[in-house]
Amino acid sequence: MDKLVVSTSAHIKDSDSIPRIMWGVNLALLPVLIAAVYFFGLYALGVVLSSVISAVITEAVIQKFLFKKPVTVSDGSAVTCGILLAFSIPPSVPLWLPAVGSFVSIAIAKQCFGGLGWNVFNPAMIGRAFLLICWPVEMTTWTSPLDGVTGASPLGILKEEGFSKVVEFFGNRTTMYTDLFIGNVRGSLGETSCLLLLVGACYLFYKKYISWHIPVSFLGTIALLSWMTGGDPLFAILSGGCILGAFFIATDMVTSPVTKTGQLIFGIGVGALVVLIRAKAGYPEGVCYAVLLMNTLTPLIDRYIKPKPFGVVKK
Amino acid sequence: MNLLTFKGGIHPKEEKFYTEDKVIREMPRPTKVVIPLRQHIGAPCELKVAKGDNVKTGQVIGNSPAYICANVHASISGKVVDIASMPHPILGHCLSVIIESAMEDKWVEVEHYRDWEHLTNEKLRMIIKEAGIVGLGGAAFPTHVKLSPPEDKPIDTVIVNGAECEPYLTSDQRIMIERAKDIIQGLRIIMKILSAKKAFIAGEINKPSALSLMAKASKGEKDIEVVPLKTKYPQGSEKQLIKAVLNREVPSGRLPLDVGVVVQNVGTALAIMEAVVLGKPLIDRTVTVTGLAVKEPQNFRVRIGTLFQDVIDACGGFDKEPGKIIMGGPMMGIAQKSTDVPVIKGTSGILVLPKKEVNLSHPRDCIRCGRCIEVCPMRLMPNMLGILVERAKFDEAKRYHLLDCIECGSCGYVCPSNRSLVHFIKLGKFKISKK
Repeated sequence: MDKLVVSTSAHIKDSDSIPRIMWGVNLALLPVLIAAVYFFGLYALGVVLSSVISAVITEAVIQKFLFKKPVTVSDGSAVTCGILLAFSIPPSVPLWLPAVGSFVSIAIAKQCFGGLGWNVFNPAMIGRAFLLICWPVEMTTWTSPLDGVTGASPLGILKEEGFSKVVEFFGNRTTMYTDLFIGNVRGSLGETSCLLLLVGACYLFYKKYISWHIPVSFLGTIALLSWMTGGDPLFAILSGGCILGAFFIATDMVTSPVTKTGQLIFGIGVGALVVLIRAKAGYPEGVCYAVLLMNTLTPLIDRYIKPKPFGVVKK
Repeated sequence: MNLLTFKGGIHPKEEKFYTEDKVIREMPRPTKVVIPLRQHIGAPCELKVAKGDNVKTGQVIGNSPAYICANVHASISGKVVDIASMPHPILGHCLSVIIESAMEDKWVEVEHYRDWEHLTNEKLRMIIKEAGIVGLGGAAFPTHVKLSPPEDKPIDTVIVNGAECEPYLTSDQRIMIERAKDIIQGLRIIMKILSAKKAFIAGEINKPSALSLMAKASKGEKDIEVVPLKTKYPQGSEKQLIKAVLNREVPSGRLPLDVGVVVQNVGTALAIMEAVVLGKPLIDRTVTVTGLAVKEPQNFRVRIGTLFQDVIDACGGFDKEPGKIIMGGPMMGIAQKSTDVPVIKGTSGILVLPKKEVNLSHPRDCIRCGRCIEVCPMRLMPNMLGILVERAKFDEAKRYHLLDCIECGSCGYVCPSNRSLVHFIKLGKFKISKK
């Protein structure tokens, strides 16, 4: 009886916590990992492991030896970052490459900003952008699923030769949509199989770890703008990193706005930038840079988009 | 059925099964009571007895010329053995009158009126003030003040609050089941004082028998309506209740009477009836004694000033080692550091959580998930309030409407980073009030 806990209310708590959410996201990414191993072989698993191990070690070392703070790698957020980075790079990269990328993600983009919750940019996307700048050849060498032949990605073909060549590449439109949906195309390790990404996304929706606002506004904007500029909206959504980005990357809680209205604006912004980069910039794909650019606007969005408090009349 | 409610809120486990079917029992008279002179919002009472005095049950032992104040009465008859600063469940310590019980429970005679309809409103308010009645939902604001709105603010509606949205607590529910007619009579007195034309009795739908008994008791009375509400926390918060029942939004920084409404808890309505009709001052109240660590959870009618330990002992004592003892419910209640504190007018429950139900995990930094914003019934940004107070940016926190927070705790309940958001908010309010 001498040891009663005294603290401020509330005295009860729902069961969700940071580890639960992060490991939940990791679980949602598992089907995609299985697809990646199926399409690109066991080497893909090596790429993911290299990235994850590097992320976890980097975080643990920085927290323990540099900041001398409690080590929080068991919360799963470093693992999530490692997986997402590996998912967004080609499956045939040398194994040291994802390790370097994860180091940059965790050390520069996450811990330098103050750790989980304070990072302005999506750490996985910073890692990817770093790798793309430093090793452009390795980062744009795409291998075919199953047979491993290198060549251009569908978005690369679109950029260089136009949409009719893309359809020609697949044979016909139906095969194109099917292959893109299942993941039987050249592309980053974890972005090809829309089907299994959506399976994981359903789990995130079910657990309420993400809401519809960012994915719908993101993909809706891409579809709408592609259609308005004479492109194929369905191809635009299914190709490249759109599905991975819409459900798993742009929805990152830390780097997206806190209000639902803010999230709609954020999603529209990312979508518009993706279409702009794909159409006008030097790169065939733009999800990574679009997300990073909108990350910079997140604090601004949160400053201006606030809920109207109960009983407060707008002046 | 489309039930009335408000926007935001949470659905914690109800945990009412411990006591919701248990008839309110009179707790055996304690041998000693400790009655603090300050149990309400407003001025403290001045001492009206001296050490060694013999007092009768219902005798005034503290009052004040101040308007916002509520009389304090002896809750048992006996001898004043000491007047000293004693532990208090909210204030830490407070000057209190300690009475040791005599063999008999002798009551003072108080004027009472079975036919109160002919009394003036002034007289009725006087009786309520003399009886020391305060809001029994927990806030303990003097009731006679609430029943004296300024003349330029007419009250058209009275809402009797039987929402009881806090998990575990069942005293209001039991009162509605057992004393429906008396609550209606209390409500009639309130309506007469305020000249209100319409009254609603509102409760969450998770208490169907309480609501149907209230409906039965008010049958044929056209101006009283029972409204079932969605079960959602904090449905019983005054502003959220008014929004749900009448769709009126109390402006920021204002009171319900600014939108023509007065809200009274069911327990308060009952206390008003008992004061006016039976001549009984507020010397006891219904307390839900509950939680996994209590041997026999009960709804007890407890004399004010009874120590928590005596109440818990009357429930068979602890069943498991207690980890946390809370006055009130788990969402807004106040954790106690010992069981030496007395039941006061605002004690709606005594909740004893065993060690394993106490949340001891460490808080992390905000991960900006936005859940607190989703659930905040006042539509604030608790994430920002927490961060700003943490950095002592109180003016900025004020611009984020810190002072509008009702401290319901929904934000902390859902926070995956386990942040004590209400703690930061209370601290912020305290710092701003000191400026």
